[in-house]
Formats: sequence, C-alpha cells, structure tokens
Amino acid sequence: MKTSHRTMGAALTVLTIAALTSCGSGSDAGPSADGTVTLKFLVDNSQATVSTAKALTDAFMRADPTIKIETEIRPGGSEGDNIIKTRLSTGDMSDVFWYNSGSLLQALNPGQTLVDLTGDPALANVQKDFLPVVSQDGKAYGVPAGTAMGGGILYNRKVYDKLGLEVPKTWADFMANNDKIKAAGIAPVISTFKDTWTSQLFVLGDYYNVQAAAPAFAQDYTANKAKFATTPAARAGFDHLAEVHAKGLLQEGFGSATADQGMKLLVEGKGAHYPMLSAQVPPLVATTPAAATDIGFFGIPGADAAKNGATLWEPAGVYIPKTTEKLDAAKKFLAFVASPAAAEAMNKAVQPAGPYRIEGAKLPDDAIQVAKDLQTYVDEGRTAPALEFVSPVKGPSLEQITVAVGSGLTTPEEGAAQYDKDVEKQAKQLGLAGW
Amino acid sequence: MTGQAARRRSAYPYALYLPAAVVFLVIFLVPTVMAFYFALTRWTLFDSTFVGLDNFRDFLAEQNLRVGFVNTLVYAVLTSGLKVVLGLLLGVLLTSKLRLRGFLRSVVFFPTLVSTVAVGITFSMLLKPQTGLVNQALALVGIDGRDWLGDAATALLSVALVDVWKGVGLATVIYIAGIMSIPTEFYQAVAVDGGSAWHRFRHITLPLSWPATYSVIILSFIGGLRSFDLIWTMTRGGPGFTSDTIASIIYKQYQAGFFGLSTAGNVLLFLIVTAIAVPLNHYLGKRQVAM
Repeated sequence: MKTSHRTMGAALTVLTIAALTSCGSGSDAGPSADGTVTLKFLVDNSQATVSTAKALTDAFMRADPTIKIETEIRPGGSEGDNIIKTRLSTGDMSDVFWYNSGSLLQALNPGQTLVDLTGDPALANVQKDFLPVVSQDGKAYGVPAGTAMGGGILYNRKVYDKLGLEVPKTWADFMANNDKIKAAGIAPVISTFKDTWTSQLFVLGDYYNVQAAAPAFAQDYTANKAKFATTPAARAGFDHLAEVHAKGLLQEGFGSATADQGMKLLVEGKGAHYPMLSAQVPPLVATTPAAATDIGFFGIPGADAAKNGATLWEPAGVYIPKTTEKLDAAKKFLAFVASPAAAEAMNKAVQPAGPYRIEGAKLPDDAIQVAKDLQTYVDEGRTAPALEFVSPVKGPSLEQITVAVGSGLTTPEEGAAQYDKDVEKQAKQLGLAGW
Repeated sequence: MTGQAARRRSAYPYALYLPAAVVFLVIFLVPTVMAFYFALTRWTLFDSTFVGLDNFRDFLAEQNLRVGFVNTLVYAVLTSGLKVVLGLLLGVLLTSKLRLRGFLRSVVFFPTLVSTVAVGITFSMLLKPQTGLVNQALALVGIDGRDWLGDAATALLSVALVDVWKGVGLATVIYIAGIMSIPTEFYQAVAVDGGSAWHRFRHITLPLSWPATYSVIILSFIGGLRSFDLIWTMTRGGPGFTSDTIASIIYKQYQAGFFGLSTAGNVLLFLIVTAIAVPLNHYLGKRQVAM
C-alpha cells in the first residue's frame, strides 16, 4: 500500500508539472519540406487595416511564392496595446506586426524588443520625413503601413451646397455655418461619446493651430514646461468642445452614439460636421458609394484665417520583433510593404484616406474626396503632424476628459487642468526626465 | 507511531492533495505575493524599477478616485439592498400556492444564467435613446424617455438596476430555500392564535429567514464592491468619469500600461474589500448565532 501511494504521488507530480509547463511551446521554426517559409503577421481588427493587410499579403505572396503569410487579428485600442506588450515581453510575438507609430511605439521599448532597420535596404523607398515617428535614439524600426490620415472636420458637401455655405477658415466662420445649419433643421455637429476615443478630435486635431501660435509647444510640453491649461492656444481645443455643447449644436443622443452611427448620420445628411479621422471614410465606400463624393475634409479652423491648416496622423508601422527566427523573409516582406507596388495593391483594395509615405507611390485618379482635400493641404505645405508624433507624452484619460467637457459636466478650464495632471502621471510612469 | 496517527486522521493520502496544492500555489499564491512586490515598482512588462510607495501615493492622488469610491459604495449598497427586498418578496410569492409556481421560479432565475457581458450588451441596445425598446414603450404612455446610459444623472443608476435584474434570481432562490426550511409548526401556531398573513410574514418568515438575508447581503455586497463587468460593457465608466468604480479605474490604468500603478490599486482594493467584508461577516454571523 505504502509504495503504491508513493508511486501514485510521483505520477501525479509528473502529470501536474507537465500540465503546467506544456502551455506556451509548439511554434515550429524553419522552412517546411517544400522550401516555403511561413510568416505570421499580426494586425489590428479595424476594417481598414484588415482589408489593407489582405491586399498587401496577397500581392506579396504572388510576387514571392517561396514565402507564405498567415495573418492574425488582434483587438484595437488599449486592449491591443497590452496584447502587443505582453507578447513582446514574453517572446511570443509573431514574425511581423502592424502597430502605431509615434508615442505608442516609444512605449514598446523598441531598442530592446525590435529589429533595428537603420540603413537596411527595406527602408530604401520610405520618405525621410516619416522615419522620426518609427525611430528611437536615432535608430529606425519600421516601414509605413497604409497612408497618412487627416484629423479634422468631415463635412457633408451636399448640405454645404444646399445651404450655400463655404468651408470655414476661422472658428468664428465655423460657428456661423453651424447656426445656419441648425436653422435648416440639421444637426450641425455630430458627436459619438459611446466610442469615447472619438471625443478627442477637437483637442488632438487642433494641434496645427497650437503649433502655428506657439511653435515651441511640443518641446516645452515634453520637458514639463508648457501646459494645456496655461497655453491659450492649446486650451482652445477644450474651449471649442465645451462651446459646441453649450450652444446645443450636437445631435440628439450624442452620449450613447457610436462612431459607425456618426458616420451614417453624416453620409445621410442628418448631421453636417463630424470631428473625425479621414480614415473612417474608406471602409464606408463599399456599402455607401455616396461617401466617396459627398464627404469632404477640412482642418479644424483656428483663430487666424491666414494660418489655416490641417493636423496629420502618420501611417502606422510594420515592425519585426527580435525574437523572430525568419528575419530574412520578414525583411523581404517589409521591403515590399514600403514599395510603390504595395501602394498600387492597396489602392485596389481600399481607397486611401490620405497621402502615402512611400517614394513614388501615388493616389489613384478616382481617389475619394477626403483624400483629395487632404492632399491639397499637403501640397500647399499647410499640415503639421499630431502632437503624439512629436512628443512621447500622451495622457491615457484624455478621451474621458473630453467626453466630460463635451457633455458639459466639466468646464474647459478644469478639463485642461485634469489632462495636465493625467499627462504628469504618464510621464512619471514612463520615467521621463524632468517630471 | 505519530506518522501512523497522522495518516489515520487524513482521509486521503497527501499525494491526492498535490495537484490542487500546486495549482493553488502557482496560479494564486505566487501571483498574489508578486503583486505585493510589483505594486512597489514602476513596471512596463519589459523591466521594473523599485519606486517604494510612489504608486500608492499616485493612486490615492488619482483625480477620480473620490467619485469612483462613492460610486462603488452607492452601487454596492443599492444593488444589495434591492436584491434583499425584491428577493424576499419574490421568495414569499414563489413559496405560496401558485398555479404556475415552477414556471415562475424558472423565469425569475433565468437572468442569472445569462453571461453578464451578454446582459450588458442587450440592455445597452434596449436603453438606446431613440431606437431602444424601453424608450419606445415609455413613448406609448406619453413619457419622453432620456438617454439613460449617455446621461450623467442616470448612467450609474441604470446599470445598478440591470445588475439587480440579473442578480435578483439568485437572491430569490436563496430566500426560497430559507423560507422552505422554516418548520410549518410556527405558521400553525400563528393560525391558532388568530394571526393574519401580515403576522405570519412579520413574526415568522422575516426573522426566521435571517440566514438567507445574511447570505444575500454578503454575496451581493462583495459582488457590488468589485463590480466591473456590467459597468464596463454598458458605460465604460462614462460619460466622462461619472459611473467609474474603483475596479474600472484600476482597469483603465492597466490598459494605459501603468502596470505597477494598477497593481497598487488592486492591492488597495483587496485591503478595502477585506476591511469591509470581514467586520460585516462577523457582525451578521453573530446575529445568526443569536437567533
């Protein structure tokens, strides 16, 4: 009896340990029998990204049949951020992955986790002024995926035609337009606070005006010298948000509306303006062709008509983790992603939402109106990258604060001060100097 | 001799406890102890720096902590209170001689079986301002319903009521069991003394179902204190911060990548729940013994 207990105990121990350690193995490396290499490619689940990734991988596999790519999909937003961080820190990351450029990339600790591509032929076609947003300490880690996009006001051009309105160059003109639109029985400004991230556009999309009025803001802000609450140009975004709510310009039920519903209201002409990213338009074109022509884009107007422009969001990047065992194949894929051929493949699948960051890549002739409008700003040199591309500091609670200000629960002064505190928390957690 | 005595006392060989012990150790105890350490660090998942009590100071300085704390308490008190009252009434109703008793018991218990996230999504649709069924029903009787979840005044209250809808079935079942275990002699005695239905309820059912009340309060109060899933699916703590609870504040910090800070918040939540639940358990348990 005694021995059988002991044997059973030993057997159970082995079983338990086996059960506990068996999770997390099983990734087979190396080429398969027929010489093809399979790459895993992790992308976020937004419609635009998924279609773009499919176009890229299909075209690449046609060009290079020795490499197969399997696409994996992850959630977006901060949930996705954590998946990326967890997989990188546990060495479980796919061979190539699609992720934001700018301040979010900085939080991945690229020097430690990603393959340095500085001087690599994969970057040959990448525009030089894109590189800073995928770099840390002078080393570049990614290639641009998809197109840049504009953050500003999407507007219904049919409503503008019908009411005889002109694209506003100053905030005062914008508000005058809103009054006329309201008088015509159309909701002047669409807000969709159920998807909290959409509430930030009045603040983040106003950065062109901030840097036009205070050119050193980004630098001082990173160094803990300039604040949103005490810089009038920076606080204007919060003021605007409060003003459109206070004047009753929002549609009914804005508090529980979603981004998809907002776009629908805009296309149907039930709302005239929607502070939003231009990338929201292309996925709509498939089901609602009118979106391609009826929706236009203008930058959030500021105080001075002579300094009018638009805020630009740089494309996301495609990166290679240091843990990949198929580096050569991964680099080949990146070189393709950043080539004019890739741009052509993407054009066929998804209408671009803005200009490419690839040398020699062009918008298609039948580009949608928002992309054309944005291209005009770019051609005239009237764009600035959003603050998150020029400073690593970005507070995580901005979207809740802007919902509160935009619903009249918090004053703009208070909201700006709250955001400054939020930013301080993030800078401390990042361990930045001077905070 | 002593070894044999010990073996006789234990019903099973110790080896059989081993799998459970290892799982408990690796999945529960080790992370708990690690959490107490990581709460003292600035932790990015890639590396951690020891920062002493900074995280606790920063967590307590969180601007919305006061709102979150008040909301958590309001939510816990409101939901557990309503579950006690409604659960008791339904329990009394469903132990009486009704024709459809079995069917009604299933109906009351059904929401408990549905996943919380599914309930949250369903009610978000039902509570939509123009298209939601709730407001359309209210419109039929001439009431202009509001944007229940998008309005700061009603968001937390709406979620709490949905929580009660979902949780009252369990409370009712506990009460049914409690009421059924009361010996019928007591009721016969009241009948002999000429007592009315109200007397039966007030002097027999109510005091003698105290153990059930005790279980319902403890279960739903602790559940309310760490309430998260329903709030997160229905409002995400919004609009703004108006329906934030401690758990949703901690979750948002975790989402933002402040792993050390959110771990510090969890350590605090653990201490708070313990500080409230242990005395409550002790007090209610004493009353039960006194019965």
